[in-house]
Order: sequence, then C-alpha cells, then structure tokens
Amino acid sequence: MSEQNEFVRSVAEKKYEFGFTTDVQTEIIEKGLNEDVIRTISAKKGEPEWLLEFRLEAYRYWLTQKQPTWGHLKLPEIDYQAISYYADPTAKSADGEKKELDPELVKTFDKLGIPLEERLALSGMAVDAVMDSVSVKTTFKEKLAEKNIIFCSISEAVREYPDLVKQYLGSVVPYRDNYFAALNSAVFSDGSFVYIPKETRCPMELSTYFRINAINTGQFERTLIVCEEGSYVSYLEGCTAPMRDENQLHAAIVEIVVMDNAEVKYSTVQNWYPGDENGNGGVLNLVTKRGHLRGVNSKLSWTQVETGSAITWKYPSCILSGDNSQAEFYSVAVTNNHQVADTGTKMIHIGKNTRSTIISKGISAGKSENSYRGLVKVGSKADGARNYSSCDSLLLGSECGAHTFPYMDIHNNTATVEHEATTSKINEDQLLYCNQRGISTEEAVGLIVNGYAKEVINKLPMEFAVEAQKLLSVSLEGTVG
Amino acid sequence: MKSEQQYIELYKEVSTLIKQKSCKVMNDVRDEAFAMFEKVGFPSRKVERYKYTDVDANFAPNYGVSFSPLTLTPSPYIFKMSEAPVDINEYYAKVADLSDGITALNTTLAHDGIFIHVPKNTRVEDPIQIDNWLRGNVATMMNRRILVVLEQGAEATIIINDHAEEKQRFLSTQVIEIVAKDNSRLDMYEIEETTNLCSRFSNVYIKEGRDCSVKHNSITLFNGQTRNLCDVYMQGENSEVTLNGCAIGDGNQRIDNNTLIDHKVPNCVSNELYKYVLDGKSVGAFAGKILVEKDAQKTSSQETNANLCASTDAHMYTQPMLEIYADDVKCAHGSTVGVMDEAALFYMRQRGVREDEARMLLKNAFMGQVIDQIRLQPLRDRLFVKIEKRFRGELDKCEDCRLCK
Repeated sequence: MSEQNEFVRSVAEKKYEFGFTTDVQTEIIEKGLNEDVIRTISAKKGEPEWLLEFRLEAYRYWLTQKQPTWGHLKLPEIDYQAISYYADPTAKSADGEKKELDPELVKTFDKLGIPLEERLALSGMAVDAVMDSVSVKTTFKEKLAEKNIIFCSISEAVREYPDLVKQYLGSVVPYRDNYFAALNSAVFSDGSFVYIPKETRCPMELSTYFRINAINTGQFERTLIVCEEGSYVSYLEGCTAPMRDENQLHAAIVEIVVMDNAEVKYSTVQNWYPGDENGNGGVLNLVTKRGHLRGVNSKLSWTQVETGSAITWKYPSCILSGDNSQAEFYSVAVTNNHQVADTGTKMIHIGKNTRSTIISKGISAGKSENSYRGLVKVGSKADGARNYSSCDSLLLGSECGAHTFPYMDIHNNTATVEHEATTSKINEDQLLYCNQRGISTEEAVGLIVNGYAKEVINKLPMEFAVEAQKLLSVSLEGTVG
Repeated sequence: MKSEQQYIELYKEVSTLIKQKSCKVMNDVRDEAFAMFEKVGFPSRKVERYKYTDVDANFAPNYGVSFSPLTLTPSPYIFKMSEAPVDINEYYAKVADLSDGITALNTTLAHDGIFIHVPKNTRVEDPIQIDNWLRGNVATMMNRRILVVLEQGAEATIIINDHAEEKQRFLSTQVIEIVAKDNSRLDMYEIEETTNLCSRFSNVYIKEGRDCSVKHNSITLFNGQTRNLCDVYMQGENSEVTLNGCAIGDGNQRIDNNTLIDHKVPNCVSNELYKYVLDGKSVGAFAGKILVEKDAQKTSSQETNANLCASTDAHMYTQPMLEIYADDVKCAHGSTVGVMDEAALFYMRQRGVREDEARMLLKNAFMGQVIDQIRLQPLRDRLFVKIEKRFRGELDKCEDCRLCK
C-alpha cells in the first residue's frame, strides 16, 4: 500500500512538461482594451482600413454583450482590462532594426519538439510557429508555393492576399456569433492562413504550433482555411503554455471553408497548461471553431485530443450545406485535478443526403468535470440526412463528474438520427484479467484507457497520434489508487 | 403587458374568495406561492427547461377561472384536500418546487384538491380512477391539485383521464405531489384525450423512500398543447423508478415532456422510455435529465427516447442528458429520430398488406413497446385499441366520456 502511495505521490507531483518560460525580448503593449488599443494592434500589423473597421465593429458589438453563463463550468471573472492584447517576441531591437530570428525562440520551439529549421524538420510537415501574438516562422513556404498553396500567418495574408482574406474572413464565424468570437474579431493577432487551390492535394501536413509565453497576455489567434474544389489538406494544431499562477485567456477562432469535392482534416492536440493540482492558474480555452461545407461531396473531419487547459469551452462545428457532404467529429477529452471541460460539436444539416458522425470519449479523474454538449440539427430541406453520435464517459475517481447534454432538433421526416451515450467506470473484470496476468493496476488502467480512446487517436496523423498517446498516459497517471 | 400580470391582478381581486372556498393547509402556503409567482413570473424560453414551450403565449388569452367544487365518489382512499383524514401539512407544497412559475401559479389559484391516502401495508385492489372533464360556455382555466401519500408498504394504481368538450378553449395547470414511503408501490397512468383547443401544463413531483417501486406513465393520445414535467427524487436506497411515455401528434399539436430523475442515494435503478409519433405539423420535444449525485454509487440508469417523424413538417427536439458525479455507476441513454423501416414495409406489401395499413401496423408496433409495459391488463388492451383508432383517425373522444350523456 505504502509503495502504491509513493508512486501516486511521485506522479501527482510530476510537473507539466511544457511549463517553462522563454526569456526573450518581447514587446508588450499596455494592458487594457479600448478602441485605441485596437487601432494600435491594427497599425502594428500594417492592416488596411477595412480590417480596422471590421475590428472596431466587432469591438462595439462586444461591448453590448454579456459573458455567457450557460456552460457547465464556472468561469472565473475575467478582467478584460488587465490583459495585454498584443505581445510580440520578434520585436525590433532598440535601434530599430529587425533582428534575425532570436536563437532563444528557436530553442524554445526545439524544446517543444517543433524544429524551425527545415533541414531538421520532419519531412512531410510544414509548420507555422506562433508565440504570443506573432507568427515566428513558417517553414516550407516556398516548397508549397510551387503548387500555388498559400500557407502563411494571417497577418502576412492580409498584406499579400487581401482579396482572399476579405472574401472569407468572418464568413463562417461572423463577429456577432458569440461573445468570445466578437472579442477575438476585435483583437485577433496571428494565426495561420491556408489556401489550397483547385484540384490540388497538399503534399505535406500543415501544422500550426501555438505557444503563450509572455505574462498577463492573452492569445487571440485566428485561423482561416480555404479548400477549393477537389483539393485536400490535413492540418494539425498543437499548443502549450508556461505554468503561471493566474489564468491566461485564449480565445481563438478557426474558420474553414470547404468547396465541391474538397476534403479537410483538422486535428488538434490541445495541451495548454491545466493549472496546478489545487486548481490555481491554467489557460482558459474559449474557442470558436467552425467549418462550412459549401460544396457538394465535400468532407470535413475534426479530431481533437483535449488534455490541457483549466477550462475548455469549445464546440468545433460543421455546417453541411453542400449536398452529399460529410462531416466527422472525433474527440477525446481528458480532465484531471480541477480541470473543467465543456466540449462537443454542432452538426447542422442543410444540404440533401448529408452525413455526420460524432464519436466523443470523455475521461474524468481527480476533481474534474467533463461535459459533452452537442447539437444535431436537421433542416427541413435536408432530405436523407444521417447522423450517428456516440458519447462515452469514463470516470476514474469518486469526486469527478461526467455529463452529457446532447440536443437534437429534427425538422425533416427522412432524416435518421441516432444518439447513444454511456457512463461507467473501468470494468473491474478487465482490471482483474490484467492483474491476473501480472500487469499492475496502474498499467492496466493505462492500457484500458488507451484502448478506449483508440477509436479517436487512430484518426490522428501518425506523428500526432504518438504524442497524443503519450499525453493521455501522462494526464492520467496517478489517478488510480 | 406580459401575461403573468393578468394572473397577478386576478389573484389580488379574488384572493379572499379563494381563501374562503379553500382550506387552511392550502391557504397557509398560498401567499408564499403568490409572492414567488410575482417574483419569477412565467418561465421564458430562455429557461433551459422551458426551451420548447412558449408558456407566455399559452397563458396570454383571457380565461375565466373555474372554482367549481370537486365531486368525489366515496372511497376509503380518496378525499378532498379540505377533508383529509391525516395531517397533510408536512406533504402539501413540500415536494413540489415552488420556484417553478407554473407550480407557483397553481399553488396560488388552486382552491381545492384531491388527496389520495393509502394507509400502511394496505393494497388497493381496484385502480383509483380520476376523470377530469373540461367543459364550459366560455374559455376556462382550471387548476388541479393532487396529493398522493403512500404509507409504508402501501400499494396502489392510479389512473387519471383527461377529457374536454369540443369547440371551447381550455387551459389547465396541474400539480401532482407523490410521496411514496418505504416499501410502497405505485403505478400511475395519465392519459390525455382532449382537443386541439386545450393547453395543458402538468408538473408531477415524486419523492421516493427506500425499497419503493414507482411507475409513471404519461400517454398523450390527443391534445392541443401539452407540457408535462416530471421530477423524481430518489431518497431511499434500493428503489426503482420507471418513467414511460408515448405521444401521438398531428395537425398543430405540441407535446413537450421534461423529466428529471435525481439519484440522491446509492443502489437505485431508474428506467425511462419515451416514444413519439409525429405527423402533420406537430412538434414534439423530449428533455430528460438523469442526475446522479456524488454519493449515489451503484446507480443503474437507462434512458431511451425514440421518435418517428411521419411528415416533412413535423419537428422533433430531443435532449437526453446525463449529469453524473459518482464513479461506480452504469448509465446509458439512447435517442433516435428516424423514418419507418422500408424493408419491413416492403415485406408487408409483398404479402398483400396495403401500404397505409402496413404503415399503421408499424406505428402501432412502435408504440407497443411503451404500452406493453403497462401492468394493468384491461388498460393495456384498451390503449392498444385506442392507439390503433387514433392512427386510423377514428378516435372517438365521446366513446367513453360522459360529457353529453
């Protein structure tokens, strides 16, 4: 028994692996939020007039809104004036010259396993590395440009391809969508812009790595992916943040546009700092992600592995307006200690013969709360729509909670919608079976959880699947005993 | 003016009259309920549990409020609230949640009610039947109040039938409080066969002791606008509860069932099965929440909601929820919305069954799953016939109602 306690303690005391900070000269603007701050951000990025107008409109709308409270979570009071909305670690030095990429930054990303030098990079993956409010570097840009694929930071896209950005920005998630979408639209900093031209298959995985480094800042990234007719792209997103005692705000927007016969695969491994074991600090992850399947036979697949963040509040959704379009949502959400996750998806069927699949696996441990909340809506014109949802929750420990809140709004008699959910703890028979064969309880739990999450992890690209599996075991170790 | 205002004014005008007609136990909580109603008003659609029903619109028309006296056939178990043989202070308005606007209004306006009391270790052989006939020359509002107390080891079956006169608008609110003490057993059936012009708001609250078995069935055969809420609080170990329901909608009918099963203690079992068949422009809604509190280990719970949309304009909203704070539990829910099995239809057509007949057989079989679970044989048989007639459009509401006889 004492041996087991020892082990549990050693694991519980295990530090968040990515909790270091980088000492790099960072230009941070004054804390606070007002129209001048927005003008400053816009000016720093050298944005055109229309974008500034877009930001200001969003800001004015945000002012009229109240922070929503419907989630199954207790959001700590956020003082929006105590946050700095722009932090640039690549800022010019005092003499005004743009420096070479700071070696500290390169080191940081190396440490995170994201090499910024192309010769070191995993072949077959292009990376856009974003720290705080600025994209540090995008690799393999030239190689992608050969195929006319645009992969760059959104700020660069605003400068280089203003027409494309103007056409699609806010077309999937308008700034009036919700409170945090309005905030993001007002102050968004960097994120990635991906444009895949007609009949092009993106030859490598595109990836963005988000890192919050500076203190008292928030990250408000904005990602826009446009996939033209017949094209394909697989996009990955990863994120980490240093350990801090106060909460940090992360309110992002991801917009995806999928045209005829195109396919987008979007994978996320979210590992923001989850706060310490007493629930202090951690990232507040309040994200709006949405894909619009505009074309016929288009396909969008969201895969997410959520292990980090003190609070996760996000619903990657799909609007299936193209006929025969297909959407998928695969999610594993793990919460431990005092983490809270209220996550799920929305599938809005508008086109005919549209299909969607939802597979959600929740794992709660410690004193955490894990909720699945999802909407399946079938419009009156969506003849032959088909949905299958399955949400399973696993409870490890008697102080955690697992909840399911599915909503189904069906307005068409030819639709077939199925939903099923189960909540249970780890099967004692399975544990006994493993124990009998000399596998310790700790290991057995790991095995069973991995098997449980396999259905989702299998959907991740290989490099990420390995990382996700590792994350799962780290997040859960020490929860049995 | 929002519609609660007219009820607030009404109560201010007639409160003395109601109090005169009523009894002490009901009057004791009346002002408290009124204060609560004034405070909360009618729930808007932004209130999660009232998301699918527009309460305000239903209460907006001008109704005359009925204060007609109750007629009861003498029975050793059924009493008027005013003539209760035991002290009901500890039960009346104690199980119900007064912070719900509908319950508060009902408690404010109900002038008399039915008290069903089954003494200790008594088994009531014949079902207790309550028939409710809505009739009047003007649009009328009716506030029904029922309190059921099953003492330890008591057993009873209760059937509540709702009928209404055609061509008149009726609005009814109902609050049923059920206290099932240890070892008791209750079968309860609520069958609604009213008209398109009726609005019904029913709130049922059930408190269960240990080793109990309670079964509540809510059957909506014909209605206008129905909203049924059923809250079950499981407070004793080794109890079970079954909430079943079926609803058939067509035309502009709306049926909204909202349930909550709160597992407060370990080792309880709950089952829930609701089925809807929707045709025409009808709207169905089902929201069921199973809440397993922290100490309620070894809970087993199954929630199923299956729906058949038979026309393009029928809408179904379903929301089966699990909220679980205990780890050693087995909870599952399933929900489907779908169309009729084309293969089964084809099979029957091959064997010479007409298409409409085949469709009806399938609909009947679909509902059969709920009706089959009815423990009372004669009621089960009668409901099978009624459901078939309903699907054929032949349901004669006058058949077993004594309104015009």
